[in-house]
Amino acid sequence: MRPREYQRAQPPAPSSAPASAGQLQDPALLRRLLRARDRMDAASHEAWPVERLAAVSGVSEAHFARSFKRAFGIPPHRYLLTRRIEQANTLLRDTALSITEIAFATGWGSLGTFGRTFHDITGRSPSAMRREAQANMLELDRVPACVLKAAQRPDLTSAVLEKRRRTAKGKFPPSTKEVS
Amino acid sequence: MNQGINVVGLYVDDQDEALAFYVDKLGFRVHTDVRNGPYRWLTVQHPDQPSFQLGLFTPGPPIHDEATAQTLRAMVAKGAMPPLVLSVSDCRAGYARLKARGVEFTQEPIDRFGSVDAGFRDPAGNGWKMIQAPQSTT
Repeated sequence: MRPREYQRAQPPAPSSAPASAGQLQDPALLRRLLRARDRMDAASHEAWPVERLAAVSGVSEAHFARSFKRAFGIPPHRYLLTRRIEQANTLLRDTALSITEIAFATGWGSLGTFGRTFHDITGRSPSAMRREAQANMLELDRVPACVLKAAQRPDLTSAVLEKRRRTAKGKFPPSTKEVS
Repeated sequence: MNQGINVVGLYVDDQDEALAFYVDKLGFRVHTDVRNGPYRWLTVQHPDQPSFQLGLFTPGPPIHDEATAQTLRAMVAKGAMPPLVLSVSDCRAGYARLKARGVEFTQEPIDRFGSVDAGFRDPAGNGWKMIQAPQSTT
């Protein structure tokens, strides 16, 4: 096997749950929350309402949303968004699929919502991202493709709407719904 | 005597469960299983790789204080440990075999530029990628 390098440095996330941050969660619960996260990873194009995720973890919906955020730093819905954007990025870079095809393949209900959300999160339009990614494909082939893909996930520390509010004055309909 | 990496360890919450997983499901062999009081040094080996041992260790005393051990257990359980890669000659066949044995897969086999990879977790939460290299480089 070829040697590989792997780097995923991230700045420490701001603690958004100071009240409970000092107390560690039960490993058995964390393992079940991880299972729900894994299921989203495996099928991020599917709809993942909290009740579905809570059922995977075997906890109540309210408990799930709260525990997930505490365990992984972001609410489940936002985590799903990062995975969809990651998947869209991969398809933009590696395939010739149209932007519309990518929008539907990654779980969005409309091209408009996809384009808006994508731009809100990455700061680029999908087509600009495609041009950039295809121009920067050197060297990265030394990292296992599956690992590299995860490392290129966006870091969504704030809600998409919140992010947009900071950058735009206009009024937009919500492109995504935050569940927690 | 060859020089090189000899043992790399994982943290697991339950060594008996880990042993059953790595030996009975993945097909590894036990290399060393030695106890000293509550401490247990447990390593397994891939059958094709006799010079490398994978350690299956539990966080806890006397190596760690309880708070540190709890943190480590939590990190493993939420999948925060580094990626692990198992090199296989046929990812799809391996997937079918391990799946039938009840291995918890996190990703079905996917083709990426000629390589095929799948993902699974051990019972503790350590994440593995199972990668079949492209034909041209093997």
